[in-house]
Amino acid sequence: MDTHIFKPDLKRPLLSVGALGWLRTNLFSNWFNTLLTLFSLYLIWLVVPPIVKWAIIDADWVGTTRADCTSEGACWVFIKMRFAQFMYGFYPHELRWRVDLTVIAAIVGAAPLFVRAMPRKLIYGAFFLVAYPALAFWLLHGGFLGLVAVPTSQWGGLMLTLVIAVVGIAGAMPLGILLALGRRSDMPAIRVICVTFIEFWRGVPLITVLFMSSVMLPLFLPEHVSIDKLLRALLAVMLFEAAYIAEVVRGGLQAIPKGQYEAAAAMGLGYWRSMGLVILPQALKLVIPGIVNTFIALFKDTSLVIIIGLFDLLNSIHQATVDPAWLGFATEGYVFAALVFWIFCFGMSRYSMSIERRLDRGHKR
Amino acid sequence: MTEKKLESAAGDKLMIRMESVNKWYGEFHVLKDINLDVRQGERIVLCGPSGSGKSTTIRCINRLEEHQAGRIIVDGVELTSDLKQIEAIRREVGMVFQHFNLFPHLTVLENCTLAPMWVRHMPRREAEAVAMHFLERVRIPEQALKYPGQLSGGQQQRVAIARALCMKPAIMLFDEPTSALDPEMVKEVLDTMIELAESGMTMLCVTHEMGFARTVAHRIIFMDRGEIVEQAAPDEFFSNPKSERTRTFLGQILH
Repeated sequence: MDTHIFKPDLKRPLLSVGALGWLRTNLFSNWFNTLLTLFSLYLIWLVVPPIVKWAIIDADWVGTTRADCTSEGACWVFIKMRFAQFMYGFYPHELRWRVDLTVIAAIVGAAPLFVRAMPRKLIYGAFFLVAYPALAFWLLHGGFLGLVAVPTSQWGGLMLTLVIAVVGIAGAMPLGILLALGRRSDMPAIRVICVTFIEFWRGVPLITVLFMSSVMLPLFLPEHVSIDKLLRALLAVMLFEAAYIAEVVRGGLQAIPKGQYEAAAAMGLGYWRSMGLVILPQALKLVIPGIVNTFIALFKDTSLVIIIGLFDLLNSIHQATVDPAWLGFATEGYVFAALVFWIFCFGMSRYSMSIERRLDRGHKR
Repeated sequence: MTEKKLESAAGDKLMIRMESVNKWYGEFHVLKDINLDVRQGERIVLCGPSGSGKSTTIRCINRLEEHQAGRIIVDGVELTSDLKQIEAIRREVGMVFQHFNLFPHLTVLENCTLAPMWVRHMPRREAEAVAMHFLERVRIPEQALKYPGQLSGGQQQRVAIARALCMKPAIMLFDEPTSALDPEMVKEVLDTMIELAESGMTMLCVTHEMGFARTVAHRIIFMDRGEIVEQAAPDEFFSNPKSERTRTFLGQILH
């Protein structure tokens, strides 16, 4: 009988695997890609060093007034000195702990929802959704149960941006789902109402809606009735975004095979239980990218409230840049605004990707 | 396929009565004057060429399709547009689909406990016990915590059968349960159905598996172009089909 002699292990070829191999296949695979790579390197060399020089190396970090900003680079002293205003707006100094506490309560309260093995998560989640808005309103607005009232006209900065975005998202989501279901309803009246609503809000720019809510609405209301300006903006953002969410969700509903609807119906699950237990969990999972897209757009759109004189993050920064004591530092201000917006939007995007991965069950029938 | 016959007889209680049922899709007359009585414990196989209305017939029984004329009475309750009655009937009628239609976002166990918990309001523990009982009966209890996408077609269809049984239905409808399966998986599903037949379940089954029909059915119904052309006990049906149309059909499927 022959004995099989195995071949010895050889060293890997240096140019096809490892870091060198990666470089070769991805950056220098042919003369055109090599050219592109070199050109890109040139562009990076043109752009990045000046930015780093301006933002970090030459920047002024310490001091308290504009007189401390003497170098060529960025004046981060400006951001440092006005940081509180950017975060809280005109919220009274001595009461700012209430804003901090609201944020801490949100983090601590929501944390259990992210623990995967938490028992009774649904019940806790429902409790949190009801209890937290009440707590947040009490802390931020006050005026009862021993807290001094802080009228919404004093709210501002990042805090206001977050209030508008979070309330907008929390309100638009359920309303949008209902509208999507309504638009696919068998009942003509409901369908017509939902289609009209969706098409109306999608047909007008948000800035117009905000403007109307602030300028035109009071003209139609009796003298003594006045609705809080922030509340009007919140409602406008909520209704506006609900129309977009509705269309995104409808796309998901249409992607669910008919057999799923039939199987749920054949078991005797009624309409709401079919939707809530079988169809929506699958449909919403499919449209997570679209929903998050809408939310990111909403978050950035909050800056439009500048038109009705609310001082959100961007408007607060804008106000600071026109302050005579700090004239000439608009670039630093807007770079800071961009950075804050980017952190939140990037966070949302990464979080949505992680949910998608976690929920991926392989959509096979 | 075993050639032994199941001997359990049908009872006297009328479970389904269809009286001159007619249905149209637009102008197309899909069901023409269907009359059908099904007694408790009776097992009926519906066969016929595609488009003959056999699936539509059984889908009318749990109102996945609406009939436009005639009467359908299931377990003493007439099917009308009354949602309460439709849901009452659907609780008593289990259905198994050609494409399984398991819920891909739920585990096998959750698929089985969903309806008992939300429709019958059974406590979770009890629903899970019932589900495990039926998963054992279809011989896949070890897959309970997997998701449907991780199972083979045959396993998925057996889960679908278990899921329907968890509602303790009085009637089971099968809509071509083996048509979407790879050939080597057909037997495991048919065996499960034969076992179910042995337990005395009232069954209506749309299928092309004539061996199964011969073993299990009390009555075979042959449909063509929306009409019941012929119905007979299996022996009679296979050895002595009355109509020319039935003979041609059998000639085509029994090679």
